[in-house]
Amino acid sequence: MGDKPAIPRSPHRTADPWFVRYALVGMTLAIVGVLIGVPLAAVFSYAFANGLGAYWGNLVNNADTRHAIFLTMVVAPVAVALNVVFGIAAAWVIARFRFPGRSILTTLIDLPFSVSPVVAGLLFVLIFGMNAPLGEWLREHGYRVIFAPPGIVLATAFVTFPFVARELIPMMEAVGPEEELAARSLGASGWQLFWRITLPNIKWGLLYGVILCNARAMGEFGAVYVVSGRIGGQTDTIPIQVQKLFDTPGPNGLPAAFALASVLTLLALVTLIAKVLIEPKLRGVDADAAVMPIREEATG
Amino acid sequence: MQGVSRRALPGFGLGLGYTIFYLSILVLLPLAACAWKAASLGPREFLAAVWSERAQAAYTLTFSVAAMAAVANVFLGLIVAWSLVRYSFPGKRLVDALVDVPLALPTAVAGLVYATLYMNNGWLGQFLVPLGIAAAYTKLGIVLVLIFTGFPFVVRTVQPVLADLDAEVEEAASVLGASRWQTFRRVLLPTLIPPAITGFALAFARGLGEYGSVIFISSNMPFQTEIAPVLIVSRLEEFAYAEAAAIAVALLAISFAVLALINVLERWSQRHG
Repeated sequence: MGDKPAIPRSPHRTADPWFVRYALVGMTLAIVGVLIGVPLAAVFSYAFANGLGAYWGNLVNNADTRHAIFLTMVVAPVAVALNVVFGIAAAWVIARFRFPGRSILTTLIDLPFSVSPVVAGLLFVLIFGMNAPLGEWLREHGYRVIFAPPGIVLATAFVTFPFVARELIPMMEAVGPEEELAARSLGASGWQLFWRITLPNIKWGLLYGVILCNARAMGEFGAVYVVSGRIGGQTDTIPIQVQKLFDTPGPNGLPAAFALASVLTLLALVTLIAKVLIEPKLRGVDADAAVMPIREEATG
Repeated sequence: MQGVSRRALPGFGLGLGYTIFYLSILVLLPLAACAWKAASLGPREFLAAVWSERAQAAYTLTFSVAAMAAVANVFLGLIVAWSLVRYSFPGKRLVDALVDVPLALPTAVAGLVYATLYMNNGWLGQFLVPLGIAAAYTKLGIVLVLIFTGFPFVVRTVQPVLADLDAEVEEAASVLGASRWQTFRRVLLPTLIPPAITGFALAFARGLGEYGSVIFISSNMPFQTEIAPVLIVSRLEEFAYAEAAAIAVALLAISFAVLALINVLERWSQRHG
């Protein structure tokens, strides 16, 4: 957002004195450096403290760590796929039609942003867990949800479902229905309309939403912590395993925790680079959709 | 944007049906289950669970650390947003990109690295602990990680408003004889307050529910460094599901109140912005 063309203004009347400028820039560098730069550098420094071999060993020699990586690679894509289907359906309905309850639906989509992840996890324990009628019924029929991968998928999907929908709604609204109406009047079927017109129009927003959703899904901690039961080698995801390694007594726990954390950090950095690359493509389309950006930025 | 007639475009029924189905399974049903479970306690037991001394201590801590971090973020965010919009300096684009890191970095990683950095022998702790500034396993540490997780909000709400400000207003003020400081205080600051408040509320809401980063850096001791989500987890681990649900209902009520407040503030700042 910071690279808008500078407002032309006469430098003498509205420029800040040099010492104010230097002080504020210095403080900015210090703030971002201490809060973000140093921790990022520290993740990789601690991870590689004992050399590349030890780093790799920390990632692949521990069976629980290997399983955590595997589980996260399975759970996150499933949750993202569920949320893509939901995001497209919700955005189509909200951006293209007016109906009673539309604003309630929009508010509901924001809900996970204001629910503590722990509470989110608890909700699923209460419905699918022990002593819950639905959970008991499912267990009698051989399905385990809580303390098993399905529960982790549900909790992850809950925490991340706004991301795709929130990207798509302003984008579809900005594109407008004209092309779709034209295609319809020329006899296109519903699916032709979707694959040939709607999807190409929203593809960058969709990709952006998927990337944000995936980053959040792979890193989700609180909700997974509650529903997974933290069974080593079975229901631990990468973030939970990081915490277990951190709590491991002895000198080996911390480097191993940082090695695994560096994988997630790398994912976050890739996400941000993708964001920087995709954002200009988004701006071309929704330059006029000025209602959403503040919240969108803040929550994305 | 205008709505389209339901006959002009297909997919209204399918889209709405699926949306409602998905939200029912993922949101409405679980919320109902939580309310049901909490209601299974009688009024007296409910109150005992929600308002025990330990719970009160947890709410007080959660509220105060989230508020402190959000206030700190208003000041830090204003400084950073101002520098990013008004000045050019080497590394500006990198700094701008780094502001988003807390949104993308998993909270567990943040907690892990902050806890390690501020320990006695950590990069920063080795200098700070001898000065009496102990962040690891203390309340200060919780505030620090919450400043980290909430950092982007104020920057990202203030930045666009600051970038869209008319240069003419400032020039007019200075032509009319206002000093630079007067211009800032009387002309610029009033415009920046609404987005800063929105950013504050978002950071505060985020801080209230934060769990992953906090449990690493806090000692999670009841009455001292136990935040409300940690209390819910420990009730769960005691298999006291109804009590956990009751505290969750209290926390949800607070979150919804904050959410409503954010919406009101946004409407207010759009009118005054």
